This record gives sequence, C-alpha cells and structure tokens, in this order.
Amino acid sequence: MASHYEAPIRRPLVTGEKSYHDVTVDVARPVEGKANRAWWIVFSIALVAFLWGIGCIIYTVSTGIGVWGLNKTVNWAWDITNFVWWVGIGHAGTLISAVLLLFRQKWRMAINRSAEAMTIFAVFQAGLFPIIHMGRPWLAYWVLPIPNQFGSLWVNFNSPLLWDVFAISTYLSVSLVFWWTGLLPDFAMLRDRAVRPFQKKIYALVSFGWSGRAKDWQRFEEVSLVLAGLATPLVLSVHTIVSFDFATSIVPGWHTTIFPPYFVAGAIFSGFAMVNTLLIIMRKVCNLEDYITVQHIELMNIVIMLTGSIVGVAYITELFIAWYSGVEYEQFAFLNRATGPYWWAYWCMMSFNVFSPQFMWSKKLRTSIMFSFFISIVVNIGMWFERFVIIVTSLHRDYLPSSWTMFSPTFVDIGIFIGTIGFFFVLFLLYARTFPVIAQAEIKTILKSSGERYKRIRENGETLSGTG
Amino acid sequence: MEYKISNRLRTGAIILMILGVLGVGYGFMDAYSVNEDNITEFLANEDHHGDEHATESHGEEHDMSTAHAEESHADDAHGAEVEAEGHEMTHEEHVLHQLHNRPYAALYVAAFFFFMISLGVLAFYAIQYAAQAGWSPVLFRVMEGITSYVLPGGALVLLIAFFADSHIFIWMDENVVAHDAIIQNKSGWLDKTWFMIRGLIFLGGWSAYRHFSRKFSVAQDLADINDNSNFKKNFRISAAFLVFYIYTESIMSWDWIMSVDPHWFSTLFGWYVFASMFVSGITVIALITIFLKSKGLLPFVNDSHIHDLAKFMFGISIFWTYLWFSQFMLIWYANIPEEVTYFVTRIEDYNLPFFGMVAMNFLFPLLLLMNSDYKRIPWFVVMAGVVILFGHYLDIFNMIMPATVGDRWFIGFPEIGSVLFFGGLFMLIVFTSLGKYPLLAKGSPFIKESEHFHY
Repeated sequence: MASHYEAPIRRPLVTGEKSYHDVTVDVARPVEGKANRAWWIVFSIALVAFLWGIGCIIYTVSTGIGVWGLNKTVNWAWDITNFVWWVGIGHAGTLISAVLLLFRQKWRMAINRSAEAMTIFAVFQAGLFPIIHMGRPWLAYWVLPIPNQFGSLWVNFNSPLLWDVFAISTYLSVSLVFWWTGLLPDFAMLRDRAVRPFQKKIYALVSFGWSGRAKDWQRFEEVSLVLAGLATPLVLSVHTIVSFDFATSIVPGWHTTIFPPYFVAGAIFSGFAMVNTLLIIMRKVCNLEDYITVQHIELMNIVIMLTGSIVGVAYITELFIAWYSGVEYEQFAFLNRATGPYWWAYWCMMSFNVFSPQFMWSKKLRTSIMFSFFISIVVNIGMWFERFVIIVTSLHRDYLPSSWTMFSPTFVDIGIFIGTIGFFFVLFLLYARTFPVIAQAEIKTILKSSGERYKRIRENGETLSGTG
Repeated sequence: MEYKISNRLRTGAIILMILGVLGVGYGFMDAYSVNEDNITEFLANEDHHGDEHATESHGEEHDMSTAHAEESHADDAHGAEVEAEGHEMTHEEHVLHQLHNRPYAALYVAAFFFFMISLGVLAFYAIQYAAQAGWSPVLFRVMEGITSYVLPGGALVLLIAFFADSHIFIWMDENVVAHDAIIQNKSGWLDKTWFMIRGLIFLGGWSAYRHFSRKFSVAQDLADINDNSNFKKNFRISAAFLVFYIYTESIMSWDWIMSVDPHWFSTLFGWYVFASMFVSGITVIALITIFLKSKGLLPFVNDSHIHDLAKFMFGISIFWTYLWFSQFMLIWYANIPEEVTYFVTRIEDYNLPFFGMVAMNFLFPLLLLMNSDYKRIPWFVVMAGVVILFGHYLDIFNMIMPATVGDRWFIGFPEIGSVLFFGGLFMLIVFTSLGKYPLLAKGSPFIKESEHFHY
C-alpha cells in the first residue's frame, strides 16, 4: 500500500475535525436512528410505483406480450431499452469499487458502498426484463443447460442472449459477494454498537463473526484485490455481451464493431450520473457532507465528462464510418435517426449525452452541486434515449421498405418501467436505513493521510502522536 | 542523475541503421529484379520448383484479381470493379505489383511501429498529468525521452506514405480509382493532398503538445518550490491534448492503416490501434526504465514502479485482446461478405502471424505477468516486454501486408532491415534526448510521493 505521505497539493477527502470515533458515529447514525417523515413519504411513493409495476407485469404475463406496444417489425423496444439502461446504471458501482480500487483512487472509499448497492439493485431491475419480455416466461429455465428428459436437449451456445444469461447472473453474484465482503467489518461495527438485542442478533448474523484480527485484515485486502481484478474484466465483458445482442446481428445501425467498448463507456457514463444523483441527496439527508465532499462530486463529474466525450467520439465514428462504408442501408440508418420520425429522440440523445457533459469543463459548474444534480438527471434521460434510439430506429426501418413501421409504447410498457424505478428506490431506501452507507473501515484507513485535520497537523510540522 | 548516451550505444544504433539501409536496399533491388520482362519466367520458375506455397496461391489467383481486390468482391455491388480489373490486370501484373510493394510495405510497417510507440507514450504521459498520478513522476523524463521520437518518427511515416503512394495505398492509384465505384464514393476523404494535410495537422498537434509539455516540465524543475504554475500549465495542456488525441488518433488509424484496404471498414478500428500503441508504449517505458536503472541512473525508481508498469503491460494487453476479439468476433459472427473478406485473407494467407500475434500479445503477458512477484523481477518484465513488442510488430504487419503484398509475404531482408533501421534511429533519438536533462523531474509537486512510492 502507498505510504502515509501525501503531496500537500492534494485536497483533503474527509473534511471537518474527524477522529476515528466520529467516523463510526456518523456512519452508524442513520442506521441507529429512526426514519423521519420524509423517508416514509418517499418510501410510500416508491412502493406504490413498485406495486403498480407488479400489476403491469402480472397483466403482461397472464394476458400476453401483445399488451405492449411491440409489433412484428419492432419486436424489441422498451423492454430491452430498460434492460440495457438498468444494466448500464449498474456498471458504475463495479467501476467505483473495482476499477478505482485498482487505480488506487482513495476518493472511492466514501462512495463505493452506495455505488455497489446501486449496482445490485439496478441489476435486479435489469434482470426482470429478460424474463418478462419472454412470450412464455414459465419456460425460462430452458435457457439453462440442465440435463433433462428431452434426450438431454441443450441450449445453443451461439446466441448472445444466452451469453446474457451467464453474464448477468455471474455479474450479480460476483457483485453481491464483493459488496458483502466489504460490509463485514462495517456490520461488525454496527453489531458491536447495537444496544437492542434484536439488532445485535441481526448484525451478528450478517457480519459472520468478523473480529478484525491482523490475519483477517490481510486476507480481506487480498480478497478485495483479487475480486477487483476479476470484477474489472467482468464489468467490461457484461456490457460487452449486452452490446453483442445488437452488434452480432446484421441489422444496419446495430451491426458495428465499436459497440462493445462504446456500450461500456456509456454504461460508466450513465452509472456515474446515477451515483451522482443518489449521493447528492444522500449526503444531505444523512449528514455525510464531510465524507462525500464537493471534491467527490467534482471527480465524478470529471468521469462523466470523460466518458461522455468517449461516447461522443463513438457517435462521430459511427457517423463517419456509415458514410465511409458506402453501404446505403447503413447510411440510411443514420439519416433516419437524424431526420426520420424519431428525430426528437436522436437529438435528445445527442444533446443530453454529448453536449451536456461538456459543461463540466468549467470548474465553476462542476463544483456546483445544483448543476451536477441537474446534469446527472439529464444524462440519465439521455442514456435512456440512446438505447431507445439504437434499438427502435434501427428496427423500425431496415432492409425492406414494406416492413417499415412505427413504435409507440402502451401504458403497460411505461407502467413496468415506472415499476422498476419504484422497486429500485424501495430497495435503495431500505438499504439506506439498515446498511452502513459509507465503508467506515476503509475511510479510517485514509483518515490520517487525507483527513483535513491530520493534513493540517502535518503541514504545521506537528506530530500525529496522541491525536487518535 | 545525469545521463549521456554512451559511444557504444550510439555506434550500435548507427550500425543497426546501416545494416537496416543495406537490408532495405537489398529488398528494393531484389523486388525490382523481377519486372515486366522476366515475370513470366519468374512465375514459371516458381512453379517449376514446385514451391507448395506458390502453387497453392496460383490456383486461387483466378478469383483474386489484385492484392487489393480480396477485400471486396463477394458482393454483387462490386461487380463493376471485378470486371474492370478483370480485363486490366493479368496474373503477371498482379504478382509484379505484390513483389514491388513489398519493400515499401516493410518500410512502412516498421516506421509506423516505432512511431506508434512514441505516440503511445505521449498519451500515457498526458494521462499521468491529467490524472495527477502520484507514482509516475519519477518516470517522466524517461517518457519525455521516448516522445522525442514523435515528430521525426511521424514525419517519416508520412514521407514514406507520400513516396510509396499506390504501392501502399491503392486508392492513390488513379487507374484503380477510375474503375472502382466504391473508392470513387470515398474520394471526398481518400484524396492524397487532403490525406497529407490531415497527417500534417495531426503531427503538428502532437508534436506541439510534446514540445510544450517538455518545456514546462523542465521549467518546473528550476522554478521555486512553491511555484506550481508550470505544472498547472502542463495539467491543462495535457487535458486538451487528450481530447485532440482521441479524435486524431482515430482518424489517423483510418487514414494511415485502415485505408490500405479501402473497401473495408470497421468502427472499432481506431480504438483497436490505440490499444496496440498504448501497450507497446508502456512496454518501452518499462524496458528503458529497467535499462537505465541497471546502469544505476535511476536510484529513485524502485521495484514498485516496475510493478506498476508491468501491471499496465498486463492490463492493456488484455484490453488489446478484448478489442481484437470484439472486432474479429463480431465480423466473423455476422459474416457479411464485404466485411468478412478482411479476416478471410488473414486467416487463409497469414494464419501463423494472425493467430501467433494473439498468443504473443495475450497468452504470454497473461501467463507471465499474472503473478505479483514476477512483475517486480526486471528480467521477467523484459522477457514479457520483448514478446509484447514482437507481437505488436506482427499486429501492424497483419494490418498492412495483406493489402499490399497479399500471400507473397515473408519476413526477410526488407522487413528485418526496416526494423533495424527504425530501431536504430529510435534508439539514437531517444537516448540522445534522454541525455539532455536530469533524469529526475524534481520540480513536480508529486515527486516526493513518487519517490516514496511503495506498493
């Protein structure tokens, strides 16, 4: 690990006069306290949306996919758009916990726990769509290569939709394990502080008897590094496989080799935007401004700006190559996006994804919390449109003009999407009340190198001994 | 620590260059010893000797009218061209072109390979500044030394492109374009003057950044301890350069490499070339760092720095493979005729270099550099680095050769000669530049973090 010395020009990551104990108290407070009215109101809204979504899902499954707005030409629309959108959002969590760990970014420590929670809850939502968009979802288990009584009828491993099954399920399991290992010391902290027997029992159960011995910590760190090393290729490959759903096809506008890295860049982009949205609120309502500082928000904005620019390069590359290819179907696909009946979706996507992150070049704007919040919402809308544009505009007009058509969603399409947003927030709100939302054990490892108080002491040339 | 290029190194580099010139010269003589007059005899001789490779390809020639033609032609839309070439090019002419293209292509591959190393390092250097990395400032001077090759190296690539003309870029041949509707449609982009202007703009931007970043970096050494203004300037221009770079690198890849197969296109191509140059660049940083350290010139570089470099070599090698596979698999899977011919020729005619490079660029670094301890052992990193560099030379070879010499590839005098020439030139320029300033960028505000870096 890096030494305790830190260049003076680095800004502190923990502000205020925090000691180790203060960190513990600040992180435990939301869990140990009672939910206020605002929490209950938001929770109820999310719950209602969730229940409404369940209703729509039951209606779809029991009546048939025909209740959606799909047609014979556009047979993927909101379902897969939402799927890709949610998977994309989930990617930031792994990015923050794994990739930023590999790059030794200390600032990740204040945000990784919530980002990973967001990943897991977003992957839950994503995971719904591959099931419910099936015509016969009760036969979904047929996608698994299980020996059976049909003469061992197996799946065809050539389909990216099958790769999706493996990708998403592996991704969810690995993220869950990674998240939970990180939680052990923090659950142990809650267990040790709990005064009510019921809570003590619960946190004792989930912390797996963590006692924080040197050997445990050593293995803990090794496991984290190995998991980060595994999760990084995993996160790249998961969204790559999602992009293969389109890129392996021969549909103009879908078949393009840049999709794998470009979908991943888009996933990081939208995922960081969602983390920003959630954390800007969380730091306020949970009084965590000393841990999730403006610098954290600024750095996330820079990642948004960077990945937004990469996505922009990819858009321009696609446009250029569409022209350069000389393939008229490909050229038409892009002309249709820009000037066809869904031009508004295309230009929303372009302006929200390519232009809006460019504001972050301004230090004034990227350190403004209000502006960051606004842009993070804009980016998420833009990235939803990106998936919508890629999927629908490529399908609704392709090779045969006789199959050209339009798509418009029904209330069931929309209802299910709203339902997943509700479900996501139900989970996230419950999480914020019961889990330590900041990895306090990790924060404590950087407190003395990057805490404001300790930096000041060191800069004044005083000794750290006796400062606790 | 001061460094001066030793006489031995300078002489060695010059000897390499001379050997290289001889090899390339022999390559040209050899290639042009076959001409219109004796080509029939040459082919008959080849057949007579029963050279398996030649006979086999001879049988296939009928459906491949030029080396450049393989890319297309399965598609009906391209019928006009096949027809046009059909009556224009005989088998003899076709082989003659391939033979004559070879020394040009060999020169170009090597020139681009060494140039891309220095451009990859420049990108890495800019990222270190923009990311405010705390571990790498002790390596800044090594990186600056390597990037001194960007300007001369890039200029040489452009110069070769200019003189090789249609020997490398078939679309620069007016006769071919006149009969090729596909290239005609692209002539708004594929135009020699415009190509050269674009190239000069890219090169101008890259070398301007290199010039100023080096200037500010050196100025920061002499500045007052509390004055970080040069560092800040470098931070800003690095961010700006990275934006410029991501665009120009993509376009450069389309221009300088993808357009050798003017019928073929792939959206991923620019990023794929980026991965290749990035990993080669990082590998060369590691190799030169280890070399200088072995001379006792970099006492502040410890094995953690080597470990980090090796991690980057490992990680970016996997990233390269990811992009290679994505591009290959998507085209293989969809099997659209106008795209897939690119890989068909490579698998049929370049089987060993094509799959061999995957082994060298992926399997070797994956297995050699997985272990944390091995990444700290200099000779181990050097070994992996040499394999990676050979692998990425082959990568460029696989990009250029099929379009220029087709199945008549060989790694012989012109190829090895070109590598020796540019290798010698690269060493001469880089090590001379390394001797100009102290090897520790002591003014960087992160230098102390970097010197104490331990992982």
